[in-house]
Amino acid sequence: MAVLVIADHDNATLKDNTHKVVTAAQAIGGDVDVLVAGTNVGPVAAEAAKIAGVRKVLTAESPELGQGLAEAVADLVVGLASGYDYILTPATSQGKNFSPRIAAKLDVAQISDVTEVVSGDTFTHPIYAGNAMETVQSADAKKVLTVRPTAFKAAGEGGSAKIESVSVPAAPAKTHFVDQKIVKSARPELGAAKIVVSGGRAMGSAEEFQKVIEPLADKLGAAVGASRAAVDAGYAPNDYQVGQTGKVVAPELYVAIGISGAIQHLAGMKDSKVIVAINKDPDAPIFQVADYGLVADYKAAVPELMDALTAAGK
Amino acid sequence: MKVLVPVKRVIDYNVKARVKPDQTGVDLANVKMSMNPFCEIAVEEAVRLKEKGAATEVVAVSIGPTQAQETLRTALAMGADRAILVQTDQDLEPLAVAKVLKAVIAEESPELVLMGKQAIDGDNNATGQMLAALLDWPQATFASAVEIAGSKAKVTREVDGGLQTIEVDLPAVVTADLRLNEPRYASLPNIMKAKKKPLDVKELGSLGVDTAPRLKVVKVTEPAKRQAGIKVETAADLVSNLKTAGVL
Repeated sequence: MAVLVIADHDNATLKDNTHKVVTAAQAIGGDVDVLVAGTNVGPVAAEAAKIAGVRKVLTAESPELGQGLAEAVADLVVGLASGYDYILTPATSQGKNFSPRIAAKLDVAQISDVTEVVSGDTFTHPIYAGNAMETVQSADAKKVLTVRPTAFKAAGEGGSAKIESVSVPAAPAKTHFVDQKIVKSARPELGAAKIVVSGGRAMGSAEEFQKVIEPLADKLGAAVGASRAAVDAGYAPNDYQVGQTGKVVAPELYVAIGISGAIQHLAGMKDSKVIVAINKDPDAPIFQVADYGLVADYKAAVPELMDALTAAGK
Repeated sequence: MKVLVPVKRVIDYNVKARVKPDQTGVDLANVKMSMNPFCEIAVEEAVRLKEKGAATEVVAVSIGPTQAQETLRTALAMGADRAILVQTDQDLEPLAVAKVLKAVIAEESPELVLMGKQAIDGDNNATGQMLAALLDWPQATFASAVEIAGSKAKVTREVDGGLQTIEVDLPAVVTADLRLNEPRYASLPNIMKAKKKPLDVKELGSLGVDTAPRLKVVKVTEPAKRQAGIKVETAADLVSNLKTAGVL
């Protein structure tokens, strides 16, 4: 039995999501290989080879793979599929783009956003914005899964898998990359940060959001998140959105400021280890999931919190 | 250019889904149902393409029970020209839906399929990509902007950390993300007009598509509940609690 894990990376560094999906693969059992598809993937492949328990790392290089075009990734993986019983991809926007294309080409179901491996053919995943957990048993010979990284611990290091390059099928003819605008930030990445500070609609404007949320995040060394309401209102960019339709995060500490706690937001952060909520409405649903709630207007509470952190040596 | 817009009837997004006590699924009896929000965005975009002169006809299609006709009437009231219901009481998996849509597309020959990125019931985010795969068409998922130029569509996509722009040759499948547009409310005159627009009903069986499920639902359960914690009085209390909890 063999499992292929498709690595998450940006052509420069390997993302921790890959280690987490390797853990899911190990829960299934069998040999685990990691595919690194992109451009100049040597350093990324070398990192992947160090993940404990990986049999081998496959590398595939082309401009289209580097651009992450779904057609290119799917054609490559379908070509490799005969050697594998399972194909696992992190449920990132990138993985969600190409994985169903692989499943359909193989004429099998995809099980999306897997949070638990129950057995080799049975998996649990959230449905209805996380308001229900569905456990399904697959009858397909090959199983294609996207895996929610925050539901699994990262596999350790210490491996020394061999690295093999594989041939790349012809480039897709009908899809062309135009450009990509990735926001560069000195802050940790939202999906991987140990602390996340999020702001909601109560901020009232983009200027206020920047003035209140960002300094607090910087003081804590945290990533910045936002509720859908804040993103829709234009207070924060779309990639800040935490929630069922945005990013699912599970940091050590999640600080929600001026966020009421709509179901769709809770679905994206309720697996955080410790949740703090600051909201002036004592009945806000966010308090039902918060470990520590402070009923206060953020305008007064956040500066006080900054001072208290300074006093505590932060 | 003909645009096909698949739409799904789902639990209304303001209603909290409740798990049935026997763990067989989510209770949908006497629950308000509406068009999936991402499908609404896709209908809106298709209608805007028609208003801009880039599309000539917008055809809405739904696969579901008789009541899905209401969802199709909503699409017609928003501005779709005609509708097709593939009628079935089966709950189809994304792969089966993609196969049914492929059969409809063989009859309709649209140049663009515009659909929601995911339905808020199954949350699979898979059908559009699967349809593109089965048709061997290019795909442009999670669109936040769509521009048609001749035989190509230029699509801006929401990706991790930012935006990516790609160009796909038509015919293609484009899936809508939240910020593509804000769907209009149908006006009363348009709702009245929609009642007279053509709505064709086909039985699922007449399409000859294999829709057998690949997955067996073992159980559906409530997610683990978080215990509400404590209220603190001051920011200083908060910091000392967080220190004790070991997260600072």
